[in-house]
Amino acid sequence: MFESYDPRQGKRLQIMDETGNINVSIKDVPLMSDSEILIAYQFILKARVADEWSVSLNRQGRLPTYPPGKGQEANSVGSLMAMHKEDWFVPAFRELGGMLYRGIPLSKVYQIWLGNERGSHFEIEKYHTFPISVPIASQCLHAVGAAYANQYLKNNRITICFVGDGGTSEGDFLEALNFAGAWNVPVIFYIQNNQWAISVPRKIQTRSTTLAEKAFAFGFSGIQVDGNDVLSVFAATKMAHEKAQNNQGPTLIEGYTYRLGAHTTADDPTIYRKQEEVDQWINKDPLLRLEKYLQKKNLIDGLAINRLKDEYKKEIMQEFEIAEQTPPHTVEEIFAWQFKQLPEDLKEQMSNLNIRLKGSVG
Amino acid sequence: MKALTLVQAVNDALLVEMRLNPNIIVYGEDVGVEGGVFRATTGLQKEFGDKRCFDSPLAESALAGTAVGMSVLGLKPVIEMQFSGFAWPAFNQIISHVARFRNRTRGAMTTDMVIRMPYGGGIRALEHHSESMEAIWAHIPGIKVVIPSNPYDAKGLLIAAMRHADPVIFMEPKRLYRSIKQEVPDDAYTIEIGKAKIVTAGSDLTLLSYGAQMKEAVEATFQLKTRGISVELIDLRTISPIDKKTIIASVKKTGRFLVVHEGPQSYGIGGELVSTVTENCFTDLFAPPARMSSPDITPPLPRGERLYLISTDMIVNKIMELINYRP
Repeated sequence: MFESYDPRQGKRLQIMDETGNINVSIKDVPLMSDSEILIAYQFILKARVADEWSVSLNRQGRLPTYPPGKGQEANSVGSLMAMHKEDWFVPAFRELGGMLYRGIPLSKVYQIWLGNERGSHFEIEKYHTFPISVPIASQCLHAVGAAYANQYLKNNRITICFVGDGGTSEGDFLEALNFAGAWNVPVIFYIQNNQWAISVPRKIQTRSTTLAEKAFAFGFSGIQVDGNDVLSVFAATKMAHEKAQNNQGPTLIEGYTYRLGAHTTADDPTIYRKQEEVDQWINKDPLLRLEKYLQKKNLIDGLAINRLKDEYKKEIMQEFEIAEQTPPHTVEEIFAWQFKQLPEDLKEQMSNLNIRLKGSVG
Repeated sequence: MKALTLVQAVNDALLVEMRLNPNIIVYGEDVGVEGGVFRATTGLQKEFGDKRCFDSPLAESALAGTAVGMSVLGLKPVIEMQFSGFAWPAFNQIISHVARFRNRTRGAMTTDMVIRMPYGGGIRALEHHSESMEAIWAHIPGIKVVIPSNPYDAKGLLIAAMRHADPVIFMEPKRLYRSIKQEVPDDAYTIEIGKAKIVTAGSDLTLLSYGAQMKEAVEATFQLKTRGISVELIDLRTISPIDKKTIIASVKKTGRFLVVHEGPQSYGIGGELVSTVTENCFTDLFAPPARMSSPDITPPLPRGERLYLISTDMIVNKIMELINYRP
């Protein structure tokens, strides 16, 4: 299946173009149904509304840091839609759409960005999702270990792991690809190549023409897809999933996409990139092309879109308030999760901290 | 019971516990067919197959990183870093993830793995094969650091580590791997992590050490006994967290304290223990609590190693100095 889209031959899978037209000549890949496309649209829209809302909350001083994912939503939504509910999801930190699709409450996600560990309490059997990973590409190895465990436990679960274009230069990414290949484990690596690692452009990261082609050196296939086309993302992930289920090993998918916003709310992209470049990508927005398609097919109209936006906005605000109103941690809580049982020494330090905080002078 | 060397006791611990727990996965460099460069994993692949004991590609960060994923999904990885001096590529995974998953996820996920690594000098090895850097690991919140000093403890502590709910770095004194044999029970047994052991009760001075350095500490205790000096010898066994209770009770009784260990002095285990003693036993002390360690220099290669390691005579002399101390 992957042979027809070899990135080394300059191939990039695109099923739906920027105008919302489907390339009907592509028949050898799994296609989304219209109802699936509608679902994808809804999650991308929800992630988009949440994203824009989060940036504005940051400007209001209510959210200290947030990494916008605007323009990239199709990557995590499309790929997670191609996975099963029991499959494992190992995010980096710009996969809000995928997290929403998994059913992770937005209040948890906001807790994370508000600096509260409780947000990363993902019940294993409920979400099958690892916590976000801040040290770049380090999570790729966790995914390979999870895939080994799934193979060992013979439970037929596949693992998908996300990483950015900058992450592909990290040793952990390359070690993960190598271990995954050598062990032939059921794992899918998904690169969100959004062209920028903070201020460093993709071309500085590597001399390779594509990031997808790196897979071949590790003995498995790679594919580059239009990451702003949710149909391509879905198709490639579905194929990789099937391959993994048939014990044919890992796959590397490069979603060719673009970060329309800043790296995080602390970043100013005008320092390192031109507005003309951003404008070009605004035309390739994953949301716009889906709207065009769905409207053409009479599956949605302007009224329905606005209704959805209002509904999401309301829900997002409620979820944010839940996160915002979480009471701050107690001394007991910041100690409680260091170990299963608090060692004597830490009990003593905890009680000393309590005394110190009370400021009592003997 | 059978007489085993320390490395055989490690092997035996892995063997008996792997029979009991099918989720234990042992992997690392050369641990499969060869059974490890020190033979700590001999026979495991043969008995348990190559899904439970196998040679991994050569990358230490990947050993720790993949073990994170395995442990979150419920396996119990026991990985081997061939030498502690080669563990540093895994440092990021250990400090950023292994030590943090329980706290980061508020208990939803745990990375309860065992990371074994031979450490320490005195085997005439080349560069990077003689370090005692346990203080660096011990400084990391969220992991436990265990160092046995004899075959019996090695088996009991390693089995305890494999049953522990949190990640354990298990450092093996390779200088003692084959130097002593000891009667070790055939079945599985555990020694509690976080508890020091009073090896010899005494009344004049508390001498504390751990790992390979226990050999000289035992010899010094014995020599001093013939001079009429009663040393209470403590084997720390768990480097982090420290069993303060046992140490404090001992020093309150003896009034004198010396800690001896390999590895750099500054910011080391010795400094930590001297602080503990000073804070808790200040009015009980007859002499300043003291530490003896290697100097803060790069461990010399074998030609200079005798200058770096601590001998029995050095310990005896230091103890005599503390016994004879007059303010």
